[in-house]
Amino acid sequence: MRRAEIAIGTVVVAGGVLVPLLHAPRFVLVICYVGLVVLGLGCEYLAGRRYRSWGYCERSRDLLVRRGILVRRLTVVPYGRMQLVDVTAGAAERVFGLATIKLHTAASATDARIPGLPPDEATRLRDQLAALGEAQAAGV
Amino acid sequence: MRIGRAFLGLIVLLGADRISSSGSSGGHSQNSVIDIALVGAAIVLGTVSWYVTTWRIDGDTLQVASGLIRRNTARVPLSRVQAVDLVEPLLARVLGLAEVRIRTAGGSGGDARLMYLKLEDANWVRASLLAMAHGLPDSTPPPPERSLFQVSNGRLVGSILLTAPALVAVVPLTAVVVLFATGTVTAAAIGAASGTLFLDVLAVVSRMVKRVAGEWGFEVAEAPDGLRIRSGFASRVAETIPYGRVQAVRMEEPLWWRPFGWCRLELHLAGSVRRERDQPRAAIRRALLPVGSRAEAEWLLGRILPEHQVPLTRPPRRAAWRAPLNYHFLAAGRNQSCALSTSGRVRRLTEWVPLGKVQSIRYEQGPLQRPLGLASVRLDVAGRRASVRWWNRSATEARDLMHALPGECEHARDRDSTYIQSVARTPASQVAVPSPPTSMPPAGGAPLGAVPPGGQPAISEPPPPAPRPASAMVSIDPDQL
Repeated sequence: MRRAEIAIGTVVVAGGVLVPLLHAPRFVLVICYVGLVVLGLGCEYLAGRRYRSWGYCERSRDLLVRRGILVRRLTVVPYGRMQLVDVTAGAAERVFGLATIKLHTAASATDARIPGLPPDEATRLRDQLAALGEAQAAGV
Repeated sequence: MRIGRAFLGLIVLLGADRISSSGSSGGHSQNSVIDIALVGAAIVLGTVSWYVTTWRIDGDTLQVASGLIRRNTARVPLSRVQAVDLVEPLLARVLGLAEVRIRTAGGSGGDARLMYLKLEDANWVRASLLAMAHGLPDSTPPPPERSLFQVSNGRLVGSILLTAPALVAVVPLTAVVVLFATGTVTAAAIGAASGTLFLDVLAVVSRMVKRVAGEWGFEVAEAPDGLRIRSGFASRVAETIPYGRVQAVRMEEPLWWRPFGWCRLELHLAGSVRRERDQPRAAIRRALLPVGSRAEAEWLLGRILPEHQVPLTRPPRRAAWRAPLNYHFLAAGRNQSCALSTSGRVRRLTEWVPLGKVQSIRYEQGPLQRPLGLASVRLDVAGRRASVRWWNRSATEARDLMHALPGECEHARDRDSTYIQSVARTPASQVAVPSPPTSMPPAGGAPLGAVPPGGQPAISEPPPPAPRPASAMVSIDPDQL
C-alpha cells in the first residue's frame, strides 16, 4: 500500500520535471496534469490490488503463500521442508516500517515470499516458522 | 578411532618428476636451476600438505583436517551422506590410487574428499562409510552386489552421434565434403567456409568425445545399500547412490532416437554441486542409463521407484488453445507414492517425483489461462529444474489437487521414513538381492502408464472437496484464487 504512495510521488516528480520543459499553450499543460492525475490514480488502484493479492495462511502442517494479479500463484510449503527463513528490510521498507520474509526450501524453484509485513509480525512469523520447521523437520 | 593419511603428495611427486625430466632436456643451466627450485618447492609443499591432511571417523561424523598454517576441519555427519563416489583419474589409476568423494546434502563444506588412497583402502572406506550412514556397525562387510546390466559402447557412440548438436555439426561437414568430391566448388571456397565452421565443429566434437569418454563402459549394479554406477574411459568413476536419496527421475526421448526406441534415464539427487546465493542446495544429475531401450528403462525404473506405473490423465480439450503444439503430449498423474508428468513434442520428457520428496507445491494461473479456466500445478523437489507439472488442467481440478496433494505428500513422507528405518535395521546379509534381468520384455513393450488412446481427454471425476484443515491464522482463503 505504501508502494502506491511512492508510485504517485514519482509520477508527480516526473510531472514537475516535465513542466519547465513545456512553454506550450495552457490547454496542453492542463491535459498533461489531468493525464498525470489519472495515471497516479491508476497506479494507486493497481498497487492496492497488488497489495490485496498478497496473502499467507499458516495451517497446521504447511504454509500457504499467495501472490500475483496477472499471474496468480499459490505456493504450499510444508514446515518440515523449510531450510531457512530470511527476514529482510530494505531502505525503502524501513522508512515505512515494513519487512519481507522469504522461505527457502531445498528446491530452488520455491519462491515463497511474503512482502510488506510489519516488523513485529515478521519477527513473530519467523520465530514460529523456525520452531515449526524444527518440530516437523524431515530429511531431504 | 581410525586415522588415515591421504596420499596427496604422491601425485605431486609424480607431476614434479615429469616437469624435471622435460626441464633437463632443455639444457640451459639457469633453466634447470629454476626447475630444481620449482620441483623442490613442489615436493616440499606436496609432502607437507600430504602430511597434515588427516581424516578420521569419530562416532557418527567424518572429520577431514587439512592445512598447515590455516587449519581447516570439515565435519560430515554420516547420517547426511547422500552418496559416496570413488573417482580414479588416469594418473591415479596408473598408480593404483583412488579418491573417495563424499557427497552431502549441502551444509557446511559440501563435498568431503579423501584424495588418493590405495584402491583397496578406498573400497573399504566406501563400504564402511555407507554401512555407517545406514546405521550399521562399520565392520559390516560390503554387501554383495549384483550386476544389473551394461550399456554397449557401440550403442552409446551411436546415440551420441544422433543428438541434435552432433547432427548440426555433421550435416554441414558432410555437405562440404560431398560438394568437394563432386567438384562443384573450389578448394578456396571450402577453405573460407570451413574456417568459420571449424571452431563450432571442434566444440561440438569435444563435447561429444567428453560424453563418450565419461559414459564409456557404463555399468549398473545393485547392492542392498544402493545402486552402483561405474563408467569412464580413461578415468573411472564408481558411484553409489543410496536408495531413498533419489529426488526425481527423468526420461528423455529425443526425436532422433525414437526410430530406435532409445531413451535416456537421469536421476536427480540432492547434493552440492555448486552453491550460489539464495540457493542453498543444488541437485546432481546422474545418468542412470545413458542410452537404452524402453524396456530396459522400465525395468530399471522398477528398481528405483517400485510403484512407477501411474494412471495418467490429460488436460481438458480447451487447453489446446493455450498449448497448441504440445497439448497432445501433456499428461500427468499420481498414485500414492509418486507423481509423473510427460511433455514435449520433439524431445519427449517424462518425469517422476516421489511424493515423499516434494519440497513445495505451486499453483499458477497466467493471464492466458484464466479466460480458459485453466491452471497449472507443480511439485518441486530439491534442485533447480526438477519438477512434475500438471500443465493447463481445469481450474477446479487444479484446486482439488492443491487440496489433496499436501496431505498425500505428507503420507508418502511418513511411509518413506518408516521404510528407510526398516531397511536400516535389516542386516545386509538378509536383504534380498533381486534376480538379474534374465528375461527382458521385448523392446517397445510395457506401456508406460495408461494414457487413454485417441484425443479424447479423460479427466478423472473430481473428488468431493476435502475438508480444509483448521487454520491457525487465516489471512487468505485458499479457495479464492
